Amino acid sequence: MTGDLRTSAPTRPAAAPRQAPKSPARRGRWGVHIFLAGVSLAFLAPLLLAVYASLRPYEETAQDGYFSFPKHLSFEYYRRAYTESGMGKYFTNTLLIAVPGVLVTLFLASFVAFAVSRLKLRGGLVLLMFFTAGNLLPQQVIVTPLYVLFNRIPLPWWMSDSLTMYDSYWAVIIVNVGFQMGFCVFVLANFMRTLPQEILEAAIVDGAGVWTQFWRITLPLCRPALAALGTLEFTWIYNDFLWALIFISNPDKLPVTSSLNNLRGQFFTDYNLLAAGSVLVALPTILVFLLLQRHFIAGLTLGSTKG
Amino acid sequence: MALNIPRRAGRRRLRRFTRRDVVVLGVLLGLPVLLDIVIIWGPTLASIGLSFTAWDGVGDVHWVGGDNYKNLVENYPAFWPAVRHNILWMLFLGLVATPFGLFLAVLIDRGVRFSRFYQSVIYMPVVLSLAIVGFIAQLILGTDQGVVNTILNNDENPIDWLGDSHLNLWMIMLAAGWRHVGYVMILYLAGLKSVDPQLKEAAAIDGANERQTFFRVVFPTLRPVNVIVGVITVIEALRAFDIVYAVNKGRNGLELLSVLITDNIIGEASRIGFGSAIAVVLLTVSLGFIVTFLVQELRGARDR
Repeated sequence: MTGDLRTSAPTRPAAAPRQAPKSPARRGRWGVHIFLAGVSLAFLAPLLLAVYASLRPYEETAQDGYFSFPKHLSFEYYRRAYTESGMGKYFTNTLLIAVPGVLVTLFLASFVAFAVSRLKLRGGLVLLMFFTAGNLLPQQVIVTPLYVLFNRIPLPWWMSDSLTMYDSYWAVIIVNVGFQMGFCVFVLANFMRTLPQEILEAAIVDGAGVWTQFWRITLPLCRPALAALGTLEFTWIYNDFLWALIFISNPDKLPVTSSLNNLRGQFFTDYNLLAAGSVLVALPTILVFLLLQRHFIAGLTLGSTKG
Repeated sequence: MALNIPRRAGRRRLRRFTRRDVVVLGVLLGLPVLLDIVIIWGPTLASIGLSFTAWDGVGDVHWVGGDNYKNLVENYPAFWPAVRHNILWMLFLGLVATPFGLFLAVLIDRGVRFSRFYQSVIYMPVVLSLAIVGFIAQLILGTDQGVVNTILNNDENPIDWLGDSHLNLWMIMLAAGWRHVGYVMILYLAGLKSVDPQLKEAAAIDGANERQTFFRVVFPTLRPVNVIVGVITVIEALRAFDIVYAVNKGRNGLELLSVLITDNIIGEASRIGFGSAIAVVLLTVSLGFIVTFLVQELRGARDR
């Protein structure tokens, strides 16, 4: 990792010399640029099309198709998509699931990673495998037993109005935490291995306990990795709709991605309205991506490179 | 298992743990482990058990031995198409999307200008929900005013890209590939940047051209990334669900194993034992790849 990608990994030496010796190959790049620009356009086109469709009245596209010159452009569909699908409520639902989900996942995963890679506990590798393998299982394998289990776990009324774990946010949160922990442990353990062991040793000599070594010494050094994982996990949990589909039955509790399905049921033919809805739903993750791009990309790559 | 840790060091460290440390370790390791067992591994084992039973989710559980598997293979019409679709999905991602992602990563890594821009744009679809990708696919490929049909100008007799069971799988795989390429590209970009530039220089001095340098020198050093990308490709292909579910709930040419499981379990019939049998088939295939990956990881960790 170097250049853009590694700005968030300050513990490794800067990779400035790598950028330098690249001059002779700079010529004759036009082909490459045309190719990359073409690919970029092809990748962006579907998104742009959705935005374009959402700005035009349905009658117009019904007559001329989506690929035609616009006569009227307005944000009317965005207003309608937002109000008619009750999207505000669904956004809240998603946040109620994603925010605690991300925080708990990161906290638990970072401690496991710390124990595995910093304390060098015996059996650490087994633990690491235990979590990583769990993350790679297909979701559908665990669906049925969880469905049955959640239906049988009673919760008091102040935690869930369905009085069971089923049809409550708790179910979706806990499944997300359990499932995503594996990935976070894997990435964080790899990251923590790159931290200098001396820092920890100095702390141990000063008599720091396990908690202090973790919370006060290791975790602050992991801030870039945590930021990366936080943004990544947020988009993943935000985008998920399988768990909600299965564990939530009350339509009022669905997260925002599944609300699109509702919109589709009600306004089956009005694709422009649906396009506006999709753009609105996609907006938060795209914004998070654009704002936190560096962290985001670093997060994906932290686990993949061996220091 | 953890033989790589020197015994002496382990002992010395263990004595350092005070009682409070042990409590902290017990709680903060115990919780995640417990959670993983309850949410992931317990249900996995339960699924295997349920796959040998007949159960509607409410009444009694009847042990039926291998009947579910027999029925699955012999008289469940959707099973073999779903297997075929999953395999096609895997082949498409593995042989088309993944190499394309690698190719883009190599191009961008050569240090062209605007590389940040290209990188961001190509990565952008990855942050989208597959549910949205499925919907956008309809905008483009739909019969009523879909872009492709408009461009082809065949209003009278539009091609039903998503409805025709001979075509729709390919179209959906293209859409899924749209997301996969960006993901693979980013992983490879990171891998390529960690390749020691001296290796390339040495190869150039020895007279290797760019292609030879890449395939003989650079690519082999990317082995850890290759393993990760390979596992991701396979797992994504096996897990594929959201996008077909968003398009037509996985019917009419878009059957996938994951969809069949969901249908059997949360559908009206609620054939939990049968759904679990399909899940076990999926699990068996996945585990093969997961174990390969972990062995690789373990070896890597031991070398560190």
